[in-house]
Amino acid sequence: MNKVPSLHGPVSPTKDIRPASIPDVIQAKNLYKTFGSMTAVDGIAFSVQKGEVFGFLGPNGAGKTTTMKMIACVSPKTSGSLVVLGMNPDMEPAAIKARIGVVPQETNLDPDFTCFGNLFTYARYFDIPDEAAAQKADELLEFVQLTEKRDVPVEKLSGGMKRRLILARALVNNPEILILDEPTIGLDPQARHLMWEKLRALRAQGNTIVLTTHYLDEAARLCDRLVIMDNGRILVEGAPADLVREHAGQEIVEVETSDDVVACLQDLKVPYEMAGDMILIATGSSRDIARVLLDRCKPEKVITRPATLEDVFLKLTGRKLRE
Amino acid sequence: MNGILSLPPLSRRAIKVWHRNLTVFIRTWHVNFFPPLVEALLYLFAIGMGIGSYIPEVEGQPYVTFIAPAILTIAVMNSAFFECTYGSYVRMYYQKAFDAMIATPLSIEDVIAGELLWGATRSVIYVVIMMPVLAAFGVISLPLALFAIPLAFLGGLMFAGIAMCFTAVTPGIDTLNYPAFLFITPMTLFSGTFFPLTILPVVLQYLALALLPLTHLVAVMRMLTLAAVTPVVLLHLAWIVAVTVLCCIIAINLMKRRLIV
Repeated sequence: MNKVPSLHGPVSPTKDIRPASIPDVIQAKNLYKTFGSMTAVDGIAFSVQKGEVFGFLGPNGAGKTTTMKMIACVSPKTSGSLVVLGMNPDMEPAAIKARIGVVPQETNLDPDFTCFGNLFTYARYFDIPDEAAAQKADELLEFVQLTEKRDVPVEKLSGGMKRRLILARALVNNPEILILDEPTIGLDPQARHLMWEKLRALRAQGNTIVLTTHYLDEAARLCDRLVIMDNGRILVEGAPADLVREHAGQEIVEVETSDDVVACLQDLKVPYEMAGDMILIATGSSRDIARVLLDRCKPEKVITRPATLEDVFLKLTGRKLRE
Repeated sequence: MNGILSLPPLSRRAIKVWHRNLTVFIRTWHVNFFPPLVEALLYLFAIGMGIGSYIPEVEGQPYVTFIAPAILTIAVMNSAFFECTYGSYVRMYYQKAFDAMIATPLSIEDVIAGELLWGATRSVIYVVIMMPVLAAFGVISLPLALFAIPLAFLGGLMFAGIAMCFTAVTPGIDTLNYPAFLFITPMTLFSGTFFPLTILPVVLQYLALALLPLTHLVAVMRMLTLAAVTPVVLLHLAWIVAVTVLCCIIAINLMKRRLIV
């Protein structure tokens, strides 16, 4: 058997032990956002509890970024209710923004300043006095491991360093909620792992983190709970491990597609799914299925692996390309 | 949707945006300090003394003294206008600076107000650097000409507001060339700057007074540098204040419409 070790590893077990008394820091009900005739967010409801990492997953155009922008008070909702830290973004945007930190999808550091200058200038926007701002800036440079680049202009930084600096910038005001829109987009594996490490450290300090990502292993690693969105709607919500169990089973057998294999599977009455040039079989016992397949169907290639969030994602949102 | 003329809510945080731009300006002072000096000298020599040597007197003044206020006023216009067109557009579109700022307690209204204040401040800085040069050549009448400094702020704010309206509606940076060449360049020439308005046909005189903001600014500036203030100054100032308030309000509302979706 041609077994390939899983790249994703088993998803971590959930730690859903929060008592009901933990307050919601973000609460959305029947939330809509339309741009002209296009509905970007189509009546969603969710709540984020204090101290959790909450993920928004979905293909391009699902409405994730629009939702983030509404939470961050930079894009007004069309209708419905949204409460952030007990306040209405339409009424008290400055008070909310003073208590949240935002890592945008686009790198929008200030090219006219150094790393330190970026953090220092940004801290001023939060009415932080100069002395405290300078101290905070140096503290944060150390946290994101950029102390050596303190006085370097930002355009000299690598992509990973820029993302880390943006993370540092989002922390200048000691935010109660950190909002990250694709925090590790375009980063190499080393830089992603460092970013994850920093986010886990922040979570351990009791920070609430809301993030969007296209990387499903990232979501499985970081998120306590997540929603999968598509076409402006929430399809499912839950802990990553629970979602995998409910929607993708425990294990997956992948077989290369051929007419013989398809006929064979139909004979055996094994439920399967076509995915491009591979056939996927969700099962509780991948070894047994694989053995039967190898004995009876003469496949070219068989892979067994644990089910992942990616299986759930593709099952729910389909395999059609989004552009 | 808010109306284009509704009064935007502003806060003192606008100063933070102004402060950010000032910090960058001071850090690059060497590229910012010399252009006004050089520009003042170029105008004085080329037009004032070069062309001026063929012109005995204009309205009872040596030609170079006649155009001295125009040199100051054109500097006021250009520094604010170009700061709030190309400068602001680069910060808004290429650097995404406004997006970064409005993720903080700053509102978009604060950000644009800060940009407008900064545009006006650049005009003041330009005039402050130019004045000693003009004074050294004895073409402005001190101390009354010192009022050119507050006037530079008012005039700068007017052109910053006008500029920001164009920035708010321009599809791209290239199309900012249209207002620069179709509005600013003719205004530089036909606003009573290098020759008196009175030699134009009457219709054009009225058009200049009605449509070209520089006309009013030059008129006030000339009264200051020639120490010949008449009550008409109040009419000019009233026109400038009205247009400044109107354009700044429209600029902020248009920018909000562009950036907050």
